[in-house]
This record gives sequence, structure tokens and C-alpha cells, in this order.
Amino acid sequence: MEFKDKDAIYLQIAAYVSENILLGKWLPEEKIPSTRDLAVDLEVNPNTVIRSYEFLQSQEVIVNRRGLGLFVATDGPEKIKAYRKERFIQQQLPEFFRNLYLLDIDIKDLQEMYNSYIRNIDQTAKNK
Amino acid sequence: MIQIKDLQFGYQKNKPLFKGLHLNLTKGHIYGLLGKNGAGKSTLLKNMAGLAYPQHGKCYFKGINVSGRPVAVLEDIYFLAEELFVPNLTPAQFVANTAYFYPRFNKADFYRYLSILDVDIDAIMDKQSFGQQKKAMIAFGLAANTGLLIMDEPTNGLDIPSKVQFRKLIASVLTEDRCIVISTHQVRDLDSLIDTLLILHNGEIIINQSIDEVQEKILFESYHDTQGLPVLYEETGPRGKNVILKNESGEYSKVDLELLFNAIIIGNQSVLQTLKASAHE
Repeated sequence: MEFKDKDAIYLQIAAYVSENILLGKWLPEEKIPSTRDLAVDLEVNPNTVIRSYEFLQSQEVIVNRRGLGLFVATDGPEKIKAYRKERFIQQQLPEFFRNLYLLDIDIKDLQEMYNSYIRNIDQTAKNK
Repeated sequence: MIQIKDLQFGYQKNKPLFKGLHLNLTKGHIYGLLGKNGAGKSTLLKNMAGLAYPQHGKCYFKGINVSGRPVAVLEDIYFLAEELFVPNLTPAQFVANTAYFYPRFNKADFYRYLSILDVDIDAIMDKQSFGQQKKAMIAFGLAANTGLLIMDEPTNGLDIPSKVQFRKLIASVLTEDRCIVISTHQVRDLDSLIDTLLILHNGEIIINQSIDEVQEKILFESYHDTQGLPVLYEETGPRGKNVILKNESGEYSKVDLELLFNAIIIGNQSVLQTLKASAHE
């Protein structure tokens, strides 16, 4: 895994775990790799992975079953989406709105662009 | 786990290397020890392991003075020196002769580590290349399962795939009860493994700080132009200026160990003070 310079490594690892859950590689109720196994995989300090897992537990994305290990929460994918949505609204949306305002972009035009974007995605999905 | 109090040591009478060095290391961490050539990194590690005797002051391991070299200390410390002595034996013969000095030595782990590091278990050790010898001794040191693992420049002589395997092995052997100290000049080999940074300079440990704390206090950035920025230290590189700034906004940036090391060694007080201020908060 290549780490970017702009986000704390423990958050990048949390994002990596979340990605695997959203992509369905790690399913709800399934056991996830131990701290040690993930640290070995990613060649990082196990303490960093502990911090990532603690963060994901506080977000209720993963749960600790005593003596058994860590598991993807039943509603893990929903929890990730909720967390990402909140972050998007807090961090990216203000910047986005600011650009709309500065560049005088009509929200109706935006709606059309968004609709065609969605159609595109659906089309690509069908072609697969 | 390690306590060094008021250590004084030097190889020549009127040239002390350490004049009252203090250091505390706790278990569950991987420490990265940085220092210039000749700063005394290896000498410090030797004092820590009881291989050199302090002229004044004491080095303790789990509360026991190491300079008497009691068995309780020796069997729980593994020291991988930078320059190795390997015998005219195969790894299996070496283990048969030596492993019993380490009560928690795990033979199965040893053979597993050798195969991960691509070392031939039937080859006579001192007939191998330097890199192969080093890897054999790394495997031995990890398998010894000691509370303290000291490695002096462990990645020297390792090829690229071996460095990857080395990082994976180190990540796999750290436990809550173990302390790993690695001295290195190859900071890029280890920068996501080290959780605490030690910098030895002018006979003192001037930095003993977790990487997390360093990140909270200072930022590492690149700019074309630094005018008007609260710069603590800067170096001009091929792609503009590499800069250390005070972290006032709680942002994150990856620690550039080389840049930080240069700033400290040059004696940049503003970087040092910004880091120190954090330690007392």
C-alpha cells in the first residue's frame, strides 16, 4: 500500500479497511485480519493498526467480540457511508458551494449534469 | 524497560562521548535511533546491552544493572551488531550450539524466518555473502524472543525484497512486552515502522518523541516561495523549498525524517523548541 503524505497513516489504513468492506471483500459479520496480520501486510507498526481499529470501533464499523477477534459490524457498510457522508458535507461541500457561488453556476444546470452523470454510471454498469 | 541514568563513557581518557546521558525506553515500541557518523549510536547500544561498561552512571534493564551482565539480563536481550561474527557452521548447527542461551528461543520460527528471508538453511554461514549472513543473524535474533531486541543498522547489505520482508518480520514480532531499538541511517527503509524517534547528538539524546507527537507539533511542506510563511527550517531542493513549519492548524503531514534530522543536527533551535514545548504541555 502506498501511503499519501496528506492524511495520517492510521486514517489511511482505516480508509483501506472501509474500502474493503464497501467493496464487499470483507462482509458484515465476518472476521477481519488481526492487528498483527494487517501490520505485516502493510509493513507498518502494529501500534498504528491498533489506532486504526480503535477509530473504526468508535465509528461502530467493526466490533470486538471478546476472545474471538474483530468483526465487520452487521451494519458496517451503512456506518461507513454515514461517516463519509458527514465528512463530505462538513469538509468538501462548503468548498464546492463556494465555487458554485463564485462561478455563478446555476443549481438547475448542476441538476442536469448530475442526472447525466448518473445515467452514464448506470449505462456503464449495464455494459459490464 | 531501559533506564539510562547519567551515563558517562568515552574510548579515550579526555574525550568523553557521553557526559551524563539520560534515556528511558518503554516496552511495546519500536524506537528509531538516529545520529551522525561517530555520534556514538553503536556505543550507546553497547552500553545498553552490557557490552561496554559506563565510566559513570548506570544502565538498567527491567530494573537490573546490566553492567554486571547477569544471566537474567543476557538471556532477555539480543544485540545484532552492525559488523557480524558468524561461525563456520550451518544455521542448524549454530542453533544447536547457541540457542540454549535464550530460554524463549523458537526453532520453528527461526527456520520460518530463514525461509522468508531466502537464506539457505544447509549452507555454511561464514561462506555466504554479507547480506545472507546478516539475514541469518536477523532470523536468529527475532527467534530468540527476547524482551529487548537491539539492531544496529540491520538493513545495511539487504537487497530490496529482503528489506520488504524485514519490515514485515519486524511488524510481526512487536508485542506489548517487547521493545525494539533500531539504529539506522536508512530512514526511508523504516519510516512507517518506527513509532518513536530518538536523536543522539553531541553526546545527548536531544529528541525522544513519538512520531505522532512530532506530527502534531510541526508540518513538513514544499513551496516555491516561502515568503511570509512561519518557517522554522528550510532546505532548497530540486522541486522548490522543503520546509518545516509550526503546526498551528492541526493538519497532518508525513514526517520527513531526513529534513528533521538535518534541522536538529545543524542546531536549529526553533525546531527543537517547538518540539520540546510540546513535551511539557
